[in-house]
Amino acid sequence: MSEQEKLQEFEARIARGEKIEPGDWMPEEYRKQLIRMISQHAHSEIVGMLPEGAWITRAPTLRRKITLLAKVQDEGGHGQYLYHAAETLGATRAEMIDALLTGKAKYASVFNYPSLTWADMGMIGWLVDGAAIMNQTMLAHCSYGPYSRAMVRICTEETFHKKQGMEQVIKYARGTPPQKAMVQDALNRWWWPVLMMFGPHDSNSPNSAQLIRWGVKTKTNDELRQEFINKTAPDLQLLGLKIPDPALHYDEASDNWISGEIDWDEFWRVVKGDGPCNKERLAARRDAHENGAWVREALNAYAERFEGEG
Amino acid sequence: MPNNSLANKILSVADDSFILGHRNSEWAGHAPILEEDIAFANIALDELGHAQLWYELYQELTGAEPDRVIFFRSAAEWRNTQLVELPKGDWAFSMTRQFLFDVYENVSLERLVHSTNPRVQEIATKIRTEEIYHLRHTSNWVKRLGLGTDESHARMQRALDELWTYALQLFVPLENERELIAENVVPDLGILRDAWQEKTVTHLSASGLQIPENIDSVPNLRAEHTEHLAELLQDLQQVARSEKFGVEW
Ligand SMILES: [Fe+2]
Ligand SMILES: [Fe+2]
Ligand SMILES: [Fe+2]
Repeated sequence: MSEQEKLQEFEARIARGEKIEPGDWMPEEYRKQLIRMISQHAHSEIVGMLPEGAWITRAPTLRRKITLLAKVQDEGGHGQYLYHAAETLGATRAEMIDALLTGKAKYASVFNYPSLTWADMGMIGWLVDGAAIMNQTMLAHCSYGPYSRAMVRICTEETFHKKQGMEQVIKYARGTPPQKAMVQDALNRWWWPVLMMFGPHDSNSPNSAQLIRWGVKTKTNDELRQEFINKTAPDLQLLGLKIPDPALHYDEASDNWISGEIDWDEFWRVVKGDGPCNKERLAARRDAHENGAWVREALNAYAERFEGEG
Repeated sequence: MPNNSLANKILSVADDSFILGHRNSEWAGHAPILEEDIAFANIALDELGHAQLWYELYQELTGAEPDRVIFFRSAAEWRNTQLVELPKGDWAFSMTRQFLFDVYENVSLERLVHSTNPRVQEIATKIRTEEIYHLRHTSNWVKRLGLGTDESHARMQRALDELWTYALQLFVPLENERELIAENVVPDLGILRDAWQEKTVTHLSASGLQIPENIDSVPNLRAEHTEHLAELLQDLQQVARSEKFGVEW
């Protein structure tokens, strides 16, 4: 078969709704795009442990402490699962981590915003995990088998995270005056960064068209963002919380909640590494990596001496 | 009053497990390998879960709600050993501490499952399976780091030298603990110490590590703490104490 025929067969398989599996023929560009997406996604899970991890020691009840630690641990598990999915395409863990630590690889820029109060734990759970779920539910239909299966498994846990987050936001929105103020402040700070999680406008999203044709994505950034706003804005308002967007309004004709314009300058600034916490997040990951170097060396040395024989 | 001595004992067990779980949770997101971000967090979760079970029993005995006990007590009222409140240190330190503690928990639980107190027996039975897994995990690490490289060996030896005396506080009996031993509610700490010593020494030696010979004075009273506990509590309690006890979070 010529390359051209292989490509046609590949695209026909995708059109029939078949999954592409690790050993199957695939265009180099498909492999490259998937490695980029999956490893970015894995990095997001790993860096995403930090803003919430910082509050485990301060959780105000034993139950909250246990559920927050379990959530952060889940995110680590998602990262691990996704690194494995990327490895099926020929990427290695060491390469991927190196790309993260040297700043070559991206991760969800929402994690470059600081978590400043306990109410952020509720808001992150509801909005950040909620936005991740919209994206991941779409990716669960992705044409690449291992990625799609990872998404199915991960989404179940994210749904649980979102539920816990909502439960907290609801409680604080109906709580004491300081709790109300805290949760409103959290919404003020997280609303826009969460809308940015869906990525640039479709008109500025160069990879989108091809990713949709190859069944990696089935919806565009703007479509997902709109779905999220429609789903979330009324619930937040019902709780008496004020969404920090004076232009936000319901449009009867389209049955959509229409938001004001995202600050795209800020978006690109954060994506390019100049957000409020980019340096801090990468420094934390680098520290963990460097402080752990002697541990990994010891594991290797031990494995060579005792596990290699026999 | 035997009930009182039981409550004190249960509180000390709960506090040890809770503070250790709290300390270990600080590794989440910062562990040397991703697999341990997951596994060590899992052990921390178990310790917190075990603490919860013991605090619930404490509540049955005294009426004190677990969240009040955890978030509204000052340092001098805590009954954990100094061993568990020390800062997490490097990976060798945290792993060695967890190992020493897990051996203690295992030799203790082996006997607590036969306690004459049905609630103690029930909780011990629930916890024990998880503790067997902890010990397997930490034993493995001790061996790999003890026998890994010169650096890992040196770090493990340093951790052990520092922690050994602190660990011995686990075997200092509480006031009136004798009554509980006489009624076979809890095992004799002298017997536990021998069993602990045998198991730790065997495994540490097989891991190339030397048991410290000069034993500093073992902290005696569980009401006495290092300055690290006050710092830990400040962090732990700040959100809860921003409201009165009883406000829901
Ligand atoms: Fe996740
Ligand atoms: Fe999540
Ligand atoms: Fe344990």
